[in-house]
Amino acid sequence: MDGIFLQQLVNGLTLGAVYGLIAIGYTMVYGVIGMINFAHGEVYMISAYLCAISLAVLGFFGLDSFPLLMLFTLVFTLTVTGVYGWVIERIAYRPLRHSTRLAPLISAIGISLILQNYVQLSQGARQQGVPTLLEGAFRFSIGDDFLQISYTKIFILLAAFVGMAVLTYIIQYTRLGRMCRATQQDRKMAQILGINTDRVISLVFVIGATMAALAGVLITLNYGTFDFYAGFIIGVKAFTAAVLGGIGSLPGAMLGGLILGLSEAQFSSMVNTDYKDVFSFSLLVLILIFRPQGLLGRPQVVKV
Amino acid sequence: MKALLMRYWPYWSGPVRDAGFAGLMALILFGPVVGVVLKGYDFELHPSRVALLVGIVILGRLLLSLALQTARGKVWLQRFELGRDQGVQVVPAHQKSLWRWVLPLIILAALILPFYANKYLLTVVILGLIYVLLGLGLNIVVGLAGLLDLGYVAFYAIGAYGLALGYEHLGLGFWTMLPLAAVLAAVAGAILGFPVLRMHGDYLAIVTLGFGEIIRLVLNNWLSFTGGPNGLSAPSPTLLGLEFGRRAKDGGTPFHEFFGLTYDPNYKFIFIYLVLLLVVLLVLYVKQRLVRMPIGRAWEALREDEIACRSMGLNHVLVKLSAFMLGASTAGLAGVFFATYQGFVNPTSFTFFESALILAIVVLGGMGSTLGVVIAAFVLTVAPELLRSFADYRVLLFGVLMVLMMIWRPRGLIRVSRRGVVPPVAQGAA
Amino acid sequence: MTQDSILQVKGLGMQFGGIRALHQVSFEVSRHSITALIGPNGAGKTTVFNCLTGFYRATQGQIKLQTRQQTTDVVQILGEPFQWGDFIRPRQFGSRLFYKLFGGVHRVNQAGLARTFQNIRLFREMSVVENLLVAQHRQLNRNLLAGVFNTPAFRHSEREALERAFYWLEQVDLLASANRLAGELSYGQQRRLEIARAMCTQPELLCLDEPAAGLNPAETEALSQMIQTLRRQHALSILLIEHDMGLVMNTSDHIIVLDQGQVIAEGTPEVIRNHPDVITAYLGTEEDFL
Repeated sequence: MDGIFLQQLVNGLTLGAVYGLIAIGYTMVYGVIGMINFAHGEVYMISAYLCAISLAVLGFFGLDSFPLLMLFTLVFTLTVTGVYGWVIERIAYRPLRHSTRLAPLISAIGISLILQNYVQLSQGARQQGVPTLLEGAFRFSIGDDFLQISYTKIFILLAAFVGMAVLTYIIQYTRLGRMCRATQQDRKMAQILGINTDRVISLVFVIGATMAALAGVLITLNYGTFDFYAGFIIGVKAFTAAVLGGIGSLPGAMLGGLILGLSEAQFSSMVNTDYKDVFSFSLLVLILIFRPQGLLGRPQVVKV
Repeated sequence: MKALLMRYWPYWSGPVRDAGFAGLMALILFGPVVGVVLKGYDFELHPSRVALLVGIVILGRLLLSLALQTARGKVWLQRFELGRDQGVQVVPAHQKSLWRWVLPLIILAALILPFYANKYLLTVVILGLIYVLLGLGLNIVVGLAGLLDLGYVAFYAIGAYGLALGYEHLGLGFWTMLPLAAVLAAVAGAILGFPVLRMHGDYLAIVTLGFGEIIRLVLNNWLSFTGGPNGLSAPSPTLLGLEFGRRAKDGGTPFHEFFGLTYDPNYKFIFIYLVLLLVVLLVLYVKQRLVRMPIGRAWEALREDEIACRSMGLNHVLVKLSAFMLGASTAGLAGVFFATYQGFVNPTSFTFFESALILAIVVLGGMGSTLGVVIAAFVLTVAPELLRSFADYRVLLFGVLMVLMMIWRPRGLIRVSRRGVVPPVAQGAA
Repeated sequence: MTQDSILQVKGLGMQFGGIRALHQVSFEVSRHSITALIGPNGAGKTTVFNCLTGFYRATQGQIKLQTRQQTTDVVQILGEPFQWGDFIRPRQFGSRLFYKLFGGVHRVNQAGLARTFQNIRLFREMSVVENLLVAQHRQLNRNLLAGVFNTPAFRHSEREALERAFYWLEQVDLLASANRLAGELSYGQQRRLEIARAMCTQPELLCLDEPAAGLNPAETEALSQMIQTLRRQHALSILLIEHDMGLVMNTSDHIIVLDQGQVIAEGTPEVIRNHPDVITAYLGTEEDFL
């Protein structure tokens, strides 16, 4: 084992944790309405902007303690992004519940275009960034190489873990989670049992958006830069993670995210960085061919 | 005034509450993103923009709520909730269409146009026709077969780069590449489509989305082959070996000398225009035929109900694949025209926005409607050319258009009409 | 195995995750008969149907169709998973690969089995005639060039298709609605159109999934007549799932009773009417009343 491999392992793990967070949004929405939320990548992009805006405003007021900065930024970003998730569902999905199968997909694409262009128009097309907030790193020497784990990465892993743990708790053990799971199993039946499924679907969009927002904050901290087009490719990748883990399955999304992040990091260091997106995408096609139900998903039974 | 307001308060209270709520939401959404503009690690405040947007949302929601309370609004809402407005009708078999008179006139006008148009108008119309071609191709895939292809631009790129690369490496010209590009794009479509088309429909959308982006990445990064971001030059078309340049490249005769005309750079565009017009008419004709052929009916049936189709002996994968390949090959054709018209190709012409534009054409024009697509292609490509100041808002407009069209008229602006038939016995007697 | 059966089902088993929907189901449908599959709700009738028509791949057992002068193995043409032995037997490997790539539900229909659906599945936004034309897809001239150039051969083929479509419209009494959208038809008309559409694929075995559901007594009576006419005039064998006992007892020659995923009785209507197990399955045993 050499240093580069280990270094990429750490990088891949952080990247994968973040993919997993975004994948949750795809997998949960797919679970309840059986559709891909094409605007989800853009939700992530918005949250990156919100994070930078929050940091800039807090910086203006002279706040510089990292925990407080993070607390305010997370609360602000998660809340506003959650509202974005809710509004997207309200505009692009709910009016089309009885429409053709294609209609919600196209309207979601429309929302995705609107969000991209709206951010570009209001914030400008140039790359944006945030300052490094958490400097320093653990260093280990392995043979001739150094292994460096920055505090930021550790923070990301911790935050992602906490986020997923909270979500798992909500879904598994609360009334809200039970309603979600019931709606996922059988929407009509859930409705008959008095669950307001429209509200559950809204809720799922909000949860997905907040998870994407968490990912947005974390990635922004790690890489520092982003632009209005950032949501596109990350969206496709997070979707790959969701499919890899088995779409509709929550642990699957997390697992898929980790596997994708790890393999992508190793691919970039061993083969080629320019083509790492090509790699992830080819992975998606291969999974679809050989194991469409993903790692943890159940094979689909067609209802005739 | 106040009394009047109070008297009708029961009618106002709902809409006002709705509008207030919408305003609050708009404030949360727009406040940070529109109101606080990042400047490096610093920021600027733009409260007036937020106020404007929130105002528009409140007013819009108020008007919408009020409109929905009227009798007509209620009917509309009910119809909407039932999802019954299908926008499809069957026209009687013997109804004579006005088209038999209008069509020849349009074709005639189109044929005369290049000889009276200036270069600018000509190039705009050529671009419009290229998008008509793209729209028709995607309309087969999305409108007829009901497959959402979000990476349609990839096949367009294959056509365009096919011409440039074929010329550079193999010395192939416009006329050889035209059919070859169609075949190449169709093969690429088959390779991509075959594994994915057996899945749930949404997977196709995301895989094609990824494919489009991958093609662009490869074009951008593979410097030695595709020229990277700088792109490649593409050859001009020739007429029976006659070139349209001022001087022929390797000792041939240029077009204008051969016919004893004075040199005019417009000749090239006139020629491209005429060939393109011919191809568009051909594709239009083929498409008109396709919907009356077994394969066209199978596409539409598959869009309606895949399970029923399979239970009637149709191989759903192959039927979908045929639509997907046909759409791809049309895009390949369009790509060749685009490359030769522009004289060079580079990856910036093949972004996701391009796919979105073509999809917007299909959505606006109507799924499955040919006339609608032709009109929509011209509206969406030519209008922004003429209204330059709107260029920045183009994508926003497409997005809004897609959402509104899906909510208001998922079938497009023009009613889809299905042709009625007469019983064959009666036909024999007549 | 009798020579004259059109469908043989042996040891059929179906497992959904941990749930055993079907267990050791065996029966035969004899040629030119009307066979009914009955049983209480949740007995597995529709699952049997979906296995027969290829929508589910049975986890166990054999389904053999004796149609069009050959035997079709329904499980095989759906595309079975590869087994280790396949890799040393190229021929078997080839056949498995072929059916994996090109096999599926449509091949069952091509073998001569057509079906209708419990919740009607028409092409709602296509006209009634077009619904019937789609069903004839396999029998038409599908040459692309012939279609584009509208050759005489193509026109002839289309004309024949129209004639067949109108023939079936007349059979199910829908001539007047030929040019309406399928989605606009009334419920009973939609049921009839679905039968006509299934018949347009020229099947030898027709599987009807609750054809009388939602019909009024008069319509049910007409349906019963229609089923018998179909059998008489078109050399058809019919397998039907039905809850309407009147229809079942009046029309069928043979009845198979399914309960909890197993065949509990089969025989003529007379036998079934008096079969103790059937009565128990439908009404419960006497202990249940206590």
